[in-house]
Amino acid sequence: MQFDIDINNQIVTARKGETIKHVLDRIGIKVPTLCFMEGFSPTGSCRMCVVEVEGIAQLVPSCSYPVQEWMKVYTHSPRVIKARKTILELLLASHPNDCLYCDKNGQCELQYLAAELHVRERKYRVKSASVQIDKSCPGIERDPAKCILCGRCIRVCDDVIGVGAIDIIGRGSNSRIGTAFNKGLNVDTCVKCGQCIQVCPTGALTEKQSFEKVIEALNNKNCFPVIQFSPTLPASIAEAFNIKASKDILNILRTALKKTGFRQVFDTSMAADLTLMEEASGFIDRLNKHEPLPLFTSCCPSWVKFIENSKPEYLKNLSSIRSPQQIMGRLIKQYITSSAGQKPENVFVVSVMPCTAKKDEAVNDHINNSDTPFVDAVITTRELIQIFKLLGIDFSALEPEPKDPAFSTRSSAGKLFGVSGGHLEGLLRTIHFMMTGQEMDPLKINDLRGLKSRKEARVRIGKQILNVVAVSGLANVKTLLDEIETGGNDIHIVEVMACPFGCINGGGQQTGRDEKKLKTRMKAIYDVDEEEIIKVAHKNPIMTDLYEKFLAVPNSSRNKELLHISRIKGQVQ
Amino acid sequence: MTSSGAIQIKEFLIEKVVKNYSGLFDKATASTLAQIKREKVSRPVIYIGMGTCGLIAGADKTFKAVEKYLHEKKIDGELVSVGCLGLCTAEPMMDVQLPGKTRISFQHATEEKVEDMLNAVFHHTLLHENAIGQYRMPLTEEWPGLTYIDQLPFFALQRRNILRNTGIISPLDINDYLARGGYRSLFKTVLNYTPEKVCEIVDQSGLRGRGGGGYPTGKKWSMALNAGSDQKYLICNADESDPGAFMERALLEGDPHRVVEGIAIAAYAIGASKAYIYIRSEYNHGLLVLQTALQQAREYGFLGENIFGSGVNISILIRQGAGAFICGEETALIASLEGKRGTPSEKPPYPAEKGLFGHPTIVNNVETIANIPSILENGPAWFKSIGTSGNTGTKIYSLTGKGKYSGVIEIALGTKLSDIVYSIAGGVKNGKKLKAVQLGGPSGVCIPPSQLETEIGFESLQEIGASLSFGGMIILDEDTCMVNLSKYFMEFLQKESCGKCIPCREGTKRMLEILEGVTRRPKEENSHETLERFKGMVQLENLAAVIRDTSLCGLGKNAPNPVLSSLKWFREEYEEHIFDRICRAGECHNLRTFYIDVDLCTGCNVCHKKCPENAIIGSVKMPHFIIEQKCTGCGICFDSCKFSAIFFK
Amino acid sequence: MDELVSRILSKYPPDKKEGLLPILQEIQAENGFLTEEILSGVSGHLNLPVNKIYGVAAFYNQFCFHPRGRYHFQLCHGTSCHLFGSSTLLGELEKHLKIKAGNVSRDGKFSLEVVACMGACSQAPVIRVNETWHTHITPEALCKIIRSFKDKKE
Repeated sequence: MQFDIDINNQIVTARKGETIKHVLDRIGIKVPTLCFMEGFSPTGSCRMCVVEVEGIAQLVPSCSYPVQEWMKVYTHSPRVIKARKTILELLLASHPNDCLYCDKNGQCELQYLAAELHVRERKYRVKSASVQIDKSCPGIERDPAKCILCGRCIRVCDDVIGVGAIDIIGRGSNSRIGTAFNKGLNVDTCVKCGQCIQVCPTGALTEKQSFEKVIEALNNKNCFPVIQFSPTLPASIAEAFNIKASKDILNILRTALKKTGFRQVFDTSMAADLTLMEEASGFIDRLNKHEPLPLFTSCCPSWVKFIENSKPEYLKNLSSIRSPQQIMGRLIKQYITSSAGQKPENVFVVSVMPCTAKKDEAVNDHINNSDTPFVDAVITTRELIQIFKLLGIDFSALEPEPKDPAFSTRSSAGKLFGVSGGHLEGLLRTIHFMMTGQEMDPLKINDLRGLKSRKEARVRIGKQILNVVAVSGLANVKTLLDEIETGGNDIHIVEVMACPFGCINGGGQQTGRDEKKLKTRMKAIYDVDEEEIIKVAHKNPIMTDLYEKFLAVPNSSRNKELLHISRIKGQVQ
Repeated sequence: MTSSGAIQIKEFLIEKVVKNYSGLFDKATASTLAQIKREKVSRPVIYIGMGTCGLIAGADKTFKAVEKYLHEKKIDGELVSVGCLGLCTAEPMMDVQLPGKTRISFQHATEEKVEDMLNAVFHHTLLHENAIGQYRMPLTEEWPGLTYIDQLPFFALQRRNILRNTGIISPLDINDYLARGGYRSLFKTVLNYTPEKVCEIVDQSGLRGRGGGGYPTGKKWSMALNAGSDQKYLICNADESDPGAFMERALLEGDPHRVVEGIAIAAYAIGASKAYIYIRSEYNHGLLVLQTALQQAREYGFLGENIFGSGVNISILIRQGAGAFICGEETALIASLEGKRGTPSEKPPYPAEKGLFGHPTIVNNVETIANIPSILENGPAWFKSIGTSGNTGTKIYSLTGKGKYSGVIEIALGTKLSDIVYSIAGGVKNGKKLKAVQLGGPSGVCIPPSQLETEIGFESLQEIGASLSFGGMIILDEDTCMVNLSKYFMEFLQKESCGKCIPCREGTKRMLEILEGVTRRPKEENSHETLERFKGMVQLENLAAVIRDTSLCGLGKNAPNPVLSSLKWFREEYEEHIFDRICRAGECHNLRTFYIDVDLCTGCNVCHKKCPENAIIGSVKMPHFIIEQKCTGCGICFDSCKFSAIFFK
Repeated sequence: MDELVSRILSKYPPDKKEGLLPILQEIQAENGFLTEEILSGVSGHLNLPVNKIYGVAAFYNQFCFHPRGRYHFQLCHGTSCHLFGSSTLLGELEKHLKIKAGNVSRDGKFSLEVVACMGACSQAPVIRVNETWHTHITPEALCKIIRSFKDKKE
């Protein structure tokens, strides 16, 4: 049902059941908000979006108040603006005064609002509470002093990731967002996915930075810094530096990384190809030996952490292969740089990932339990952008650079890892080839594509029908696990990405939720698959080379030691 | 009593009393009823007020002392524990009823005095000084020279309807309630009325919710009744947590079955088969009484499945609160029942559409619910005859503070505040002057003597900024500092704020800090500090307006009330604090100015050593001095001086 | 401890979130306080993350996470008690027990809690020590009470 309402003395059409904010968004009137998130039910906790409605004594929150036929709304009346400004001033009263030194400087919603609402003085003088920064976990840092208790992180953690790692502790002005018994995220059910960072309006949640460490390595004469980058990086860089899609972004990126000081640049997608080879033969092995199914992919460290912490009974289903980041690190250290005449101990492997959990993964996985990690530093996409800016890399003037001769070819299957369903698609291509000796036709599996949280496909491979499911948004996996538990579902392979829609929306990407950007990032990856000549991992010439020179046949015991890992139950509360 | 006797009484009460709508009884029935109601007793009966306030005052010791007395004197008497009559200043209370005589009440019946009092009564000769009155009992002989309870000033202007049984009947014995017409309304309702009809009757009575905005109860019920859902819930809100309010506790402890019956009728009216009582965690005694009442009601077949063979199922569960003031707010209460943090949520949607576990839910407070049985028993017209038009029925209050009498009272709506203060409370005690009446709990207002002609009612109280939805009424005398009191309420509210919405969480904290600044002495007193305090006052008013305008729930919305009302009526006290740095009531200790009497000072040097600010100078054995600018008024010197040489103004 | 928790948990259906408060209340009543171990037991039973349970428990005044003193002083801070001088009493209590409100003395003998109105307004100010009430308290009377506990041999 449609009816007219009056907004700022203009007649506007509204639909029954929608909120005032829906109407305002449609007609282009912006009301500020700090707690609202598209796709979540409003909590009405920040009160910034209040508007004046004739006949209602109080101001009403536009995010949750339903439109009614008789309504006359004023969105920016003096009373409303005074209220918003006062609320903001109240928030700022106890907020640390260190914007210039804050990681979120220039991208902080609180800062934007202070500018928009013309806050020009600190109205209330309050000592900001001395609270400890939670630096306990390698991926995420929490500074409760900067937290405005909007609750977005909690809702994402509860509803999207489903681990409930944080909650509001205490009451009233003593409320803090935290963990049980103030223990810190590292011993918590937290899976370090970083989705909370994505939605945090202030600098309360950030990645734990490796920025300084990387700059130091770049400047160290004895060091041989190299970098590997994730499948989604080119698109994210193009987005951050406004590079046109028509440009050869991949090779421009290589140039930029070289200019930054990295001696060699590797595409992690190549290691993803190796993952696919090992995993495909591992799966066929499982199938033949009637070992536990479904097989769970293991490329997403948050998902692995979730299994280790909360569902250890499924450890046996988890693919034993290390993640592409770790494999790439291993290959770089063991084979590639040695061929370039470098000692492994001098090589400093940086990986740039759209992910905070990768930081955690790198810290906790060392070569043969030694002091040498596979990867020396993991930076997020955001951190790399900062490094580029710091070092004055001007993308408009860069020319594409040819790739390094060694180990830089990858198939587009490895590239597909960046979006949910992509890993599965690439895996099925190689399984098909390994089982039948023929290429799958067509290679593209439409059922596994698109911005959906659960995608399912039935794929015929020879005489065998494989049921596969790709789930993204870790909270959605619970239903699937229930189905598996009750045995009602004959699923062969499950791919899980903790972040909704996969790494294109990872916790290390540029902050803020924006579906348009997600679509662009996703399309960039699918476009590569369209244009690439090598679309399957097993056709990547490097694979042949690797298996001939360094590795035994896929899934052999020698490779097990190098590329696989045995996973154990996590130690959490 | 033998068990077969118990069954006989049960059957008699159900068949002859509950199922008899008319209330007219034949002679034999009337006679048996009089015995059950103890209007006629064959052996001495001693009643002890064992409500929480009685227990705090030592009623359990009194009980034991009486037990011992009866045993030692070999008196065959009955000892009955009753609820609280409401006259708290008289606790512990003991009533004695001898065969053939009326029931008389004693105040301050402490364990030491029991023997004395009982000796007096059993000798029929003299009345003890602590005897305060006797009940009207037509079947018995009265005590000469003793006033009737209902003529005592505390009771004379009251209109006791829902409190009519408290303090009189045994709350632990369902028969006592049944003998007075209990559960007759429930029986009548489920067998004769459709739920729609019940909503209509309640609507016609004009009953408005006593716990919130005064929304007509019948209309609210209809909303839930008409909401399409298989499952609906009724919640009785017994989370009475505002400081100084305990009238619902007195009701629950004194007459629990009235509440249980009310809940059952309300649940039937909205089509709910399941009801919850959400009782404040501190009400341990009330909880025990309620549990017993529910148990008895189930045994008698008034709760459970297919009650009275009507096919109606009603079950009532008790849930305890966990110590959060905010859970008195209905959406927060629902969150708490669901096992979550008790934070309120945005309305709409209202609980009547989407409440507990997402189902239509009605939340009524204890007082509203307790009115239901009498409305259905006597009809809406009867209820409308109490109070004024638009404000029908009664209101219960906890009357506390500096009045001569304090306790739980019930008055008809429309009663003037002055009548309550000067008649029921007997004015201010110790001959002090009345400063104000604080009404409406922590987020209520302070009403100056000039406004005492205001009548108790929803709209009339709203006009002076107060609300009917809280039952605390506190009498303040001249020794009360209004700024300090505002600070006290602000402190309470900011502590109890759930922290969900920013204006309430941060705003109340800032308001409290401003008030603290006004009542505290800074390290160094100068014009800048005065200006800061003055600026604080401007901010206080601005903050109050925004908090009121934007807070999510009633707690925040009303949080500025105490400050705004005291600013309105007692502004000069604020100004004295800010500019003159004086607290006329002497409550703000920090503003005291200390002096040393040179004649009394022996120069012992103790104050000098103890002063944290080094504000005291003087050499040993010589009189000391206090440097006023350095003194923060902490009073440590005052406490430590052995020669009473330090005094303050 | 395990036995206590599992006995209480067995009375509540698993995975029913609304059982959380009654469960915690029962455990608190018997054990006196809640621990990490207890919460993780409840977490397993209700299939709720420990953090969520802690968040709920920390919201309500009723729950505490450390044992109380052997003599637990509760000072009523209702309006009547405030009018009759409970703030002064708080100062005295803190001074003589040498602990701040909400804390436990180092030897575990005393703990002090300021509680919401106990509804004994006509007998204000009131305090409660363990289960015993003391009414119409003056600072002098309070000192006497505290001394009597301090002198108590254990």
